[in-house]
Amino acid sequence: MTLEETTMKLNVNGSEHEIDVETEMPLLWALRDELDIRGPKFGCGIAQCGACTVFIDGEPVRSCSVTVGEVSGAVTTIEGLAADGRLHPVQQAWIDEQVAQCGYCQAGQVMTAIALLEAIPDPTDADIDNAMSGNLCRCGTYPRIRAAIKRAASATAGA
Amino acid sequence: MTMATLGKIARRTFLIGTGLVAGGLAVGYYYYRKPYPNPLEDELAEGEATFNPYVKIAPDNTITLIAPRAEMGQGVSTTLAALVAEELDVRLDQVIVEHGPAGHAYANTTMLEEGVPFPHFDESTVAELMRSGMAVAGKFLGLQGTGGSTSIVDGFYKMRQAGAAAREVLKLAAAKRLGAEPGSLWTSDGIVTDPASGTTFTYGELAQEAAALAPPAEIRLREKSEWKILGKPQARIDMRAKVTGAPIFGIDVRLPDMLFATLRMNPYRGGPIASLDDADAMKMRGVLKVVKVETGIANGYAVIADNTWRAFQAADAVKAEWGKGTYPPDSAGIRQALEAALKEGDASYGRDDGNVETAFADAPRERIVEADYGVPYLAHATMEPMNATARLKDGRLDIWAPNQMPTMVRQLAAAAVGIETADCFVHTTYLGGGFGRRGDVDYAIYAAIVASKTEGRPVQVTWTREEDMQQDMYRPAALGRFRARLGNDGLPVAVDMRIAAPSIIGSILPRYFPSISPIGPDKSITDGSANQPYTIANYRVGGIKAPVSIPVGFWRSVGNSFNGFFHEGFMDEIAVAGGLDPLELRRKLMAAYPTAVNVVDKVGAMSRWGEKLPPGTAKGFAFTLSFGTWVAQVVQVADVGGRIRIEKVWCAADPGQVMDPAIFEAQMMSGIVYGLSSAIGEEITFADGAAEQSNFHDYTPMRIHQCPQIEVGILETAHRMGGAGEPGTPPSIPALANAVHALTGKRIRSMPLSKEVEFL
Ligand code: FES
Ligand code: FES
Repeated sequence: MTLEETTMKLNVNGSEHEIDVETEMPLLWALRDELDIRGPKFGCGIAQCGACTVFIDGEPVRSCSVTVGEVSGAVTTIEGLAADGRLHPVQQAWIDEQVAQCGYCQAGQVMTAIALLEAIPDPTDADIDNAMSGNLCRCGTYPRIRAAIKRAASATAGA
Repeated sequence: MTMATLGKIARRTFLIGTGLVAGGLAVGYYYYRKPYPNPLEDELAEGEATFNPYVKIAPDNTITLIAPRAEMGQGVSTTLAALVAEELDVRLDQVIVEHGPAGHAYANTTMLEEGVPFPHFDESTVAELMRSGMAVAGKFLGLQGTGGSTSIVDGFYKMRQAGAAAREVLKLAAAKRLGAEPGSLWTSDGIVTDPASGTTFTYGELAQEAAALAPPAEIRLREKSEWKILGKPQARIDMRAKVTGAPIFGIDVRLPDMLFATLRMNPYRGGPIASLDDADAMKMRGVLKVVKVETGIANGYAVIADNTWRAFQAADAVKAEWGKGTYPPDSAGIRQALEAALKEGDASYGRDDGNVETAFADAPRERIVEADYGVPYLAHATMEPMNATARLKDGRLDIWAPNQMPTMVRQLAAAAVGIETADCFVHTTYLGGGFGRRGDVDYAIYAAIVASKTEGRPVQVTWTREEDMQQDMYRPAALGRFRARLGNDGLPVAVDMRIAAPSIIGSILPRYFPSISPIGPDKSITDGSANQPYTIANYRVGGIKAPVSIPVGFWRSVGNSFNGFFHEGFMDEIAVAGGLDPLELRRKLMAAYPTAVNVVDKVGAMSRWGEKLPPGTAKGFAFTLSFGTWVAQVVQVADVGGRIRIEKVWCAADPGQVMDPAIFEAQMMSGIVYGLSSAIGEEITFADGAAEQSNFHDYTPMRIHQCPQIEVGILETAHRMGGAGEPGTPPSIPALANAVHALTGKRIRSMPLSKEVEFL
């Protein structure tokens, strides 16, 4: 086996990384334990909770259920959202609505909400339910998540 | 205190409630009066000064407040800091808030006080004496804990006094420099001002001098009308970190040279290891060791590797044979054991008014209402799976853990690796959910044991979700048998309730303090049924400890989580049988407690109770007083093509005083979602000796599309202060069940409701 075959390249938040891991390692664990990018959280490992949500080429994916070998595009984690230290408008809406409780699910919620608003800038309640139902929150922040998504939608519409 | 001395003292134990252990009061008195050292003294940075265990100020004006309770989402770090800031005269955006070290100075005396077996509203001399006795015991044992919705009640005076004492010595120091009267100086935003000369000093400038001064003996705390921060919604201090994915949780801890590990404990709870074969696992990439973890809590093994996923994979590759547990192996057998206890077990009566036996002796059949209720075991399923990171090096143990009981972690983790408690240091991270699960400390003990096998290297032990669910300390299953005799006016003249459940304290004590035997009644079995503010002439509530040894623990609202359903489901049946409106029934039966009637009226108005509803919709009502907070809720459901949608919840709550209305509202919503979530689909069942559910595909919490709109109304009329984290949960479950009955005519007496009706 040559070095090229065991070392893989990952583009995360605009930086190229070379990592030497098994191709079948889930992206989540490569990010967390190899690259020290800890925004994506571990909740279930089987694509049921959404705590590990990242973007690959802008599409939200469950990083616990995508292997490193399957990643071909650029990965964005929650750490890659803020430009020049400024929060993404969705993050700001989350603060304005004081959404988070324990906060553990929230990185995943914010990522999924951003993807929703990019696809549907002015989502209905049904759109929100559809897009967000893969993200569990055991603290029951759902009512404030809905409010924050609507706030972010009208903030962007007004901009 | 070592485990041995703790055991000796506690052998004189006179009472055990849900609030852990009390005892040895005579011995305890001396220790109680001896103040604990200020744990901040040991960790001051250069030039930093500490005034008391809650306040540190550095010369550069960095003001650090200690909020020594676990932040698991309930907003406690913000509100505890607000209590100090209000008196210290600093803004919340000027301070850093830390959890601080594990220290007996941070004992939660309120949590122990509320462990006494008296209803919250009973302020008779005996009840008050018992409460203060428990507080002394809490301080004596130095238990620093977060639970029982007690943090703000416990901190209400302590934290404000800490802020005021620091403010007063800062003024004294300024007065000395100026030769002025301290009373003539002003404080605000971290600055002392002398209005006469216009001179100002920052707190940082004065801190060193001030910390050496003694505060005045009497400091008047500010009146509510003078508050600038308290009573108003504050921006949570942890919000930015949480929306940016900051590494603040237990699983985010990183240390130089750290290893990653995971556990597999015997799924037959409490059973031994029969055999282990790690040959295949040891050949896998990145695997360092497979070690046995054998404790009085559970037995199993850990795989230590260089990456969490590699540890997970290798753990699957270990071939283990397990010895069996000592409980019935399946849900049917467990139910039989509970039924036998309900039928024949000795009840201890949390309430026994009038004479129930006589009242039923001559009751005509048609005036009697009877019902059997039941609930299953439940998992906590915190979003962050159990984990802890530990390092044992040169006789010193450090533990980083999301936990609710740092002093207990300290004592028991130290004992597990054979070192003194004083050599163990606990670093409490943010908690990715607690709900009572992290009031247990098994994960920290296991991590300490794993760290004893790594030659001084730190190791993070992360559980898989499967392990988290199968090794939970569950909310106990429970059964209830109820009967009522109705009078001619439809109101009950007699109510008799028998409730059987495994004892939580009877499960916790043997796993952590095997030398202490749990004696006396376990009040959690009847909490939410025996202590409700209803007046019924003949009213008896008995609790029976069911001997099933599956580990159980505190689950958000504890006994109230099932008794709320039992009591209020049955009250709804009484209302229907007696032809009374459910709110009217409560107004009559709770007339002696205006606070209760207030929340009933308030939620009635909020929900427009009694107004005609569109066809295919219905409402249900329930009330529970728990953790000192009086809560009434109405749930509205709708039939959507044969399935049920939970449309809306109205909640009226009276905790006496609210320190932060936005955080209080969030806690009510959270408690409601947690309760409804259990009612529409959560259940742990057993087959072949192990829990059948393993992850979120077969243990299914509420998702956003199932979540109703929630409206919370706050009243502040109760004269004692209550909690926020738990009281939202108990009434949500019966209010939903009662709404489902109103909609479908089906009286469902067994949880989850989804076994009989389908939810959207
Ligand atoms: S951890 Fe990936 S979806 Fe739950
Ligand atoms: S905020 Fe705790 S799980 Fe969502």
